[in-house]
Amino acid sequence: MSELFANYLAVVAMVLFGIGFGNLLLQKNLIKKIIGLNIMDTAVYLFLASMGYISGRLAPIITDGDTDARKYVNPIPSGLVLTGIVVSVSVTALMLALTIRLYRRYRTLDIDEITLLARQEHNE
Amino acid sequence: MSRIRKNYENSFARHFLDFVKGDKPLPEEDHVAEWKSRVAEVKENERTENANYIEITEPEAYDAAHGSDMAGVRLFRKIYYILAVFMCLMIIGMLIMNVAYMPRFGATYTPMNNEVAERYLEDGSEETGVVNTVTGMILQYRAFDTFGETNVLFVAACSVMILLFHKTEPPMRADGRKRKKKSGKKAPAAETEVAPEVAAASENAPAAAETSLSCVWPQSTAVEDPGTAPDVILQAVARVVVPMIFLFGLYILLNGHLSPGGGFSGGAVIGAGLILYNAAYGFRATRKFFDEKVYDIIKVGSLCLYALIIAYYLFTGANGISSVVPLGKLGNILSSGLILPINLLVGLEVACTMYAFYALFRRGTF
Repeated sequence: MSELFANYLAVVAMVLFGIGFGNLLLQKNLIKKIIGLNIMDTAVYLFLASMGYISGRLAPIITDGDTDARKYVNPIPSGLVLTGIVVSVSVTALMLALTIRLYRRYRTLDIDEITLLARQEHNE
Repeated sequence: MSRIRKNYENSFARHFLDFVKGDKPLPEEDHVAEWKSRVAEVKENERTENANYIEITEPEAYDAAHGSDMAGVRLFRKIYYILAVFMCLMIIGMLIMNVAYMPRFGATYTPMNNEVAERYLEDGSEETGVVNTVTGMILQYRAFDTFGETNVLFVAACSVMILLFHKTEPPMRADGRKRKKKSGKKAPAAETEVAPEVAAASENAPAAAETSLSCVWPQSTAVEDPGTAPDVILQAVARVVVPMIFLFGLYILLNGHLSPGGGFSGGAVIGAGLILYNAAYGFRATRKFFDEKVYDIIKVGSLCLYALIIAYYLFTGANGISSVVPLGKLGNILSSGLILPINLLVGLEVACTMYAFYALFRRGTF
């Protein structure tokens, strides 16, 4: 139990992940679903970035020519987060573009309505 | 369970909960009702005029599902909500259970801190010539990865363009008036003549009329013509802030290898500056220096140049030749070989992509 308090960042990241996933499943509005997916992405970045921290050390920018690896934080998770952010931006943009097209076609942002209308059109 | 009080249907709590769930609107004030009637009138105009181009379907099926008692649908919805909440709680619970087996936050000897990180930190500044280890890692040791990311941004911008891009002018202005043709016809006769001309012009581009849907939002007409309703505060602020944003973005780009920064963050800041300029001064002013041609050249050109640099890396790496480009002195701006050009190219690409997303969402063209 004390480890959960020590790794509080990972716990918060997982709670955020669950909240985002719940948003994705339970909301009817398309924009709110997209926001839920963004929350899940943010949770993953928080988790990844917290993995690289070593207490008592500095950011991995070499100062004064001192290349001792025992003075700096692990730089690798930051690179992974960078990739993740770019992917999240691209996926969100594509989802929003699809939402705009869906809205112009069906005049509603409710996923249940859109499904019913699409099925009705398909049956005709 | 508590009892519902007698006047629950008309109480504020019920109205508020319905508003949150999205079923019914709040009790409206006067200006909202007037705006809604205007929206309905504009929609009606739009529907009659664009009836050849777009189909507007009425949501009758939804009312049928909600109004009558389709008990199957309701039961499914209840089961779905309960199962979704249960699954989310299970996921959170299982993940938190796994946190107990993870190493402590900030510990030194974790499986994450292995010899790869040591190599990057110890030999990074000599081999790559950068002071910022993360930039050296993503642009030298893992350069192919970053090239893939830039490709992802490019493909995302292309797919958004496929979905939302059109080239012809929309038939209506943002405030509902018809757009006059630029061939110089006189204004009084334009009302009835414009509609068939516009119809003829837009027949070969049926998606063009869809952008007239921007008129259902009661926003300023500053999309095309800021002269009609300029936003004074925004323009005054943008006049001061936008040059500083560009300067700051350029600083972040150039300092990617010396301090936290680099291509992606600098590009995002420059893109934000472009978006602010566009929001303040309208599309006509932005098109003077950033129209579709400039966008195409910058985006495709920066990605192709980046690909050439990656090809050079692969060639020298595969054949064991050392790179021709000198590494320079550690800590200078003009150091670190090809990393500074790569940062600039990535920054331009990201800025173009951010502005493209904004412009395509807002209007469909640049």
